Amino acid sequence: MTLVDAIRFPGTYSGVRWSRFGRRWVSPLLLLALWELGGRTGVIPARVLAAPSAVAATFWGMVASGELPSNLGVSFLRVAAGLAIGVAIGTALALTAGLSRLGEDAIDPPVQMLRTLPVLALSPLFIVWFGIDETPKIALIALAVTFPIYLNLFSGIRSVDPKLIEAARSFGVRGFDLIRQVILPGALPSFLLGLRFALAVAVLVLVVAEQINAQAGLGYLINNARDFLRTDIIVVCLVIYALLGLGADGLVRAIERRALAWRPSFLKA
Amino acid sequence: MSHPAVRPTSVSKPSADAAIGLPTVEVKGFHRRFGDVVVLQDLDLRIEQGEFVALLGRSGSGKTTLLRTLAGLDSAEGQSVRTPSARAVVFQEPRLLPWKSVWRNVTLGLAGGDPRARAEAALGEVGLDHRANVWPRTLSGGEAQRVALARALVREPRLLLLDEPFASLDALTRIRMHDLVLSLWRRHAPAVLIVTHDVDEAITLADRVLVLDGGRIAAEERIDLPRPREVGAGFQAIRRRLLGALGVEHAAPGEPRAAAPPPLVPFPVREVQA
Ligand SMILES: Nc1ncnc2c1ncn2[C@@H]1O[C@H](COP(=O)(O)OP(=O)(O)OP(=O)(O)O)[C@@H](O)[C@H]1O
Ligand SMILES: [Mg+2]
Repeated sequence: MTLVDAIRFPGTYSGVRWSRFGRRWVSPLLLLALWELGGRTGVIPARVLAAPSAVAATFWGMVASGELPSNLGVSFLRVAAGLAIGVAIGTALALTAGLSRLGEDAIDPPVQMLRTLPVLALSPLFIVWFGIDETPKIALIALAVTFPIYLNLFSGIRSVDPKLIEAARSFGVRGFDLIRQVILPGALPSFLLGLRFALAVAVLVLVVAEQINAQAGLGYLINNARDFLRTDIIVVCLVIYALLGLGADGLVRAIERRALAWRPSFLKA
Repeated sequence: MSHPAVRPTSVSKPSADAAIGLPTVEVKGFHRRFGDVVVLQDLDLRIEQGEFVALLGRSGSGKTTLLRTLAGLDSAEGQSVRTPSARAVVFQEPRLLPWKSVWRNVTLGLAGGDPRARAEAALGEVGLDHRANVWPRTLSGGEAQRVALARALVREPRLLLLDEPFASLDALTRIRMHDLVLSLWRRHAPAVLIVTHDVDEAITLADRVLVLDGGRIAAEERIDLPRPREVGAGFQAIRRRLLGALGVEHAAPGEPRAAAPPPLVPFPVREVQA
């Protein structure tokens, strides 16, 4: 069997899948080509939407000049800091509320009330409190992240199968060991689900928070570009935002594959 | 302080109780109620060392309640309930922690010794040493229940408590499990209390079959048939008497077993709002 045969006859199923996979790329590429054509012929003026080739050129220029990496770095640090703080607070609150009735009664009611607030509506208040530098941006992201982490981890802790807990108890697993060996691993899938929500909302809040008088970051680039009608730069930044979201999702998936290797959905792979 | 590994050669270990011939379980005048519902009342129970006892009773008669008390899962404060501290439970479902490998499930809560070696020895006894490293979710129902047995046995219990352990297994697997449980019982000689709905299972396995009814032990059958037990005249006579005690007078051999028990907590009935 030659290499060509192996490629041409890779088994009916994967053959079909590959051709479908290929087919699904046709329409996006066609749209891209139309967009480019519209740009070149002047049907779509650059001040409405820059052509893909112009966007690509701008992208390389911004990378080469260091403008994009440095601003991306600033945005990335904001998300990372907000996430770290929000995940830490959400986890601490959920553990306290999830592991004790007293903690639940103290923590759950205010959190449930606060979470009905649209976080972004708090930005004026945060500006009054924290000024206009990094602090309000990071605080907004942290706050937005806290809720999905808290809600998912709390419900995860509470929905660990009581039969498993009872069985472990009957075999002498108690106290801290019970939390470490039974309750936390049982709540981990919910936590990771919350983490996925948290990453998505972190990027979302980043976009808005960066519009607050930023001196650097992707939002700053977009604001500047808007003032000079540079749609090419705006599109570059939008693509970067999308990639950030994708990367975040991929990160959680990778964590899940490792940490939840025992789950049936991963066992088959 | 490390236990010897579970090995075929170890027979009943001598203990202080054995020397003076105390029973493994002794319950006197036990009562248990949930709210206004009295489930167990004035119940006496005695299980000798190494004795294999089966507990029958209709659904809701309190079998699980009694077993949970003996297991120490429900407190029996202020009542006369004597059980050994070395006891282990096998539940109706395997209740393995899905995020721990099979062998770590077996050694759950064990301290000291060489846990891996002990787990492997116990898994070997139930024929699953080759599955020591896999995740519990990859096991079949019968395999998972064998792991649960290994997890109980690795603790060298003096009292082994089984609550309908084979109820969800198919008939063939169930027969294999009976043989396995009997051989493990002979080897380790714990006292066994098995709760079951299956009269034939009770007669096949036990030295003594108890029927729980009206909150107390309402009937008792000593089974002196030699093992392995075949369905013969003696077997059928015992079965008839037990079925009578259970209120099933005319069931012929091979009659389908009682249907699944109703859920313990009734679904809250509410007005449907228009
Ligand atoms: N935690 C509880 N709270 C209230 N009632 C309970 C509780 N546990 C058991 N009961 C009641 O006690 C009675 C006996 O229950 P138990 O589970 O011991 O029955 P069982 O003999 O094991 O039944 P089955 O054969 O269906 O398993 C039932 O009426 C049940 O509703
Ligand atoms: Mg029961």
